[in-house]
Amino acid sequence: MPIYSKEIIKHFKKPQNVGKIRGASGTGEAGNLLCGDVMKLYLKVGRNKRGEDIVKDIRFETLGCIVAIANTSLLTILVKGKKIKDALKVKKEGLIKKLGQPLPPFKIHCSVLAIDALKEAIYDYFSKNKMEIPEELEKDHQRITETRQKIEKRYKKFQALEKEILSNR
Amino acid sequence: MKARPPHNIYLDYAATTPVDPRVVRAMLPYFSEKFGNTMSLHSFGQEAKQALEESREVVADLMGAKNSEIIFTSSATESNNLALKGVAFANKKKGKHIIISSIEHSCIMECSKWLEKEGFEITRLPVDEYGLVNLGDLKRAIKKDTILVSLIHASNEIGTIQPIEEIGKIVRSQKPKAKSQIYFHTDTAQTLGKIPIDVNRMNVDLLTASSHKMYGPKGAACLFIREGTKIEPLLHGGGHEAGLRSSTVNVAAIVGFAQACKLCKKEMGEEANRLTKLRDKLIKEVLEKIPNSYLNGHLKMRLPNNTNFSFSFVEGESIIIQLDLLGIAASTGSACATAKLEPSHVLLAIGLKPERAHGSLRLTLGRWTKKSEINYLLKVLPEIIKKLRKISPFKK
Repeated sequence: MPIYSKEIIKHFKKPQNVGKIRGASGTGEAGNLLCGDVMKLYLKVGRNKRGEDIVKDIRFETLGCIVAIANTSLLTILVKGKKIKDALKVKKEGLIKKLGQPLPPFKIHCSVLAIDALKEAIYDYFSKNKMEIPEELEKDHQRITETRQKIEKRYKKFQALEKEILSNR
Repeated sequence: MKARPPHNIYLDYAATTPVDPRVVRAMLPYFSEKFGNTMSLHSFGQEAKQALEESREVVADLMGAKNSEIIFTSSATESNNLALKGVAFANKKKGKHIIISSIEHSCIMECSKWLEKEGFEITRLPVDEYGLVNLGDLKRAIKKDTILVSLIHASNEIGTIQPIEEIGKIVRSQKPKAKSQIYFHTDTAQTLGKIPIDVNRMNVDLLTASSHKMYGPKGAACLFIREGTKIEPLLHGGGHEAGLRSSTVNVAAIVGFAQACKLCKKEMGEEANRLTKLRDKLIKEVLEKIPNSYLNGHLKMRLPNNTNFSFSFVEGESIIIQLDLLGIAASTGSACATAKLEPSHVLLAIGLKPERAHGSLRLTLGRWTKKSEINYLLKVLPEIIKKLRKISPFKK
């Protein structure tokens, strides 16, 4: 059995909604402490007929592995046109199920990256517009920020190590 | 049914090699006809025993050892475990200090961690940006209670070849200062059969070699143990392999290993020249064709068949899968590609920032690599990197 499902390969070969959005309503960035992948997500918010906020457009950029790329591509398709409050409800289990084949256990965290970046983009949109931020999103934001800071710290540690190695010669 | 990729190009010879058909032919009689147990006294047993001893002679010959100094094992991992743990436990009364480098194969790294838990002290020598151990560092690391130095001959990841002869001389010359003899072990899983090896010229007391990296079958390997070396076995039982490795002998695999050694001895020189030319073409053109690409490892002190690159702003597993979809097999040191989710310790040890280790690609060539295959790779790789960079947040 190949490691990755047809669905993953399909998204990986032709990822959807790749790129930036100029004048985005919100942008989100998430990193993964385990592997060092980075995800950036851009959000354009619009209104539906009832005046509710919806995801009018969504784009992403990533320095990530095949699962991260496929997952984000899938997520953008899923939430495009949806209400913001519904977009916040997407869970990693739902994404993994749609990818058609159980992921190797050490690859599960890759699906969280896309969801985290989306949450951050929505958080950014809420804060820019001084809107009320749901308690759960606030918590998520803190967790994601902490993770990002830890990664930055780790990168700095590696850079220090590099300097040390170079100065020892 | 899975669609066939457009090509079938294997560029991962450092992971394992196909078994040479000439090796398969030599092995075949030892499955159903000459199947005896080397410990049996009857003719079946004698036949197997004879094949074993003839194989031992061939393997010993390739590295300039005596027949009695070769112990067959099942894998390079087993040989390395036997070398480290066996020497550590046999000599622990003399000292408990062992020196290795920071770019050893994971079996040495993990072995040393385990030995630390057992009360041994491990020094892990740093390497420079090319992956070379500093000889001054080694001299300074040797202490009165040092019992063993173990250094990989050539890195399985970046292909850098250590100056083992000089290192061996240093270890030998330090003996008077140390309380007892310091043994010197090297892992030649990536070098035996590719470049000339001589246990005496290299001043080594123990040496690991593996069959499946040199067109022999998996399941056979050996440890050279210089006469007089104090070492404890890991496996106790029927007393096979001079009591150092009890287990029914895998005669067919060992016959294959020996045949592989014979072929390498004959063809090594010419093959190394051919591969070096292909390797240098590959390195030159990748660096020319792909912006923000780097070579990892040493330009000259390098295995004839190894290349290892880093590409900024992209992730290695994505490169591997893109190549695989086109029928090209390669490997990466990216954290994403391992169950441990850590970037390659070798790439970090040569001072790569994690983001550069993240976008690493190892292409290793071998006996069946053709120039046309390298040309095809050189055609598609720049496109793949370009495509992945297009979706990267760091660079357009």
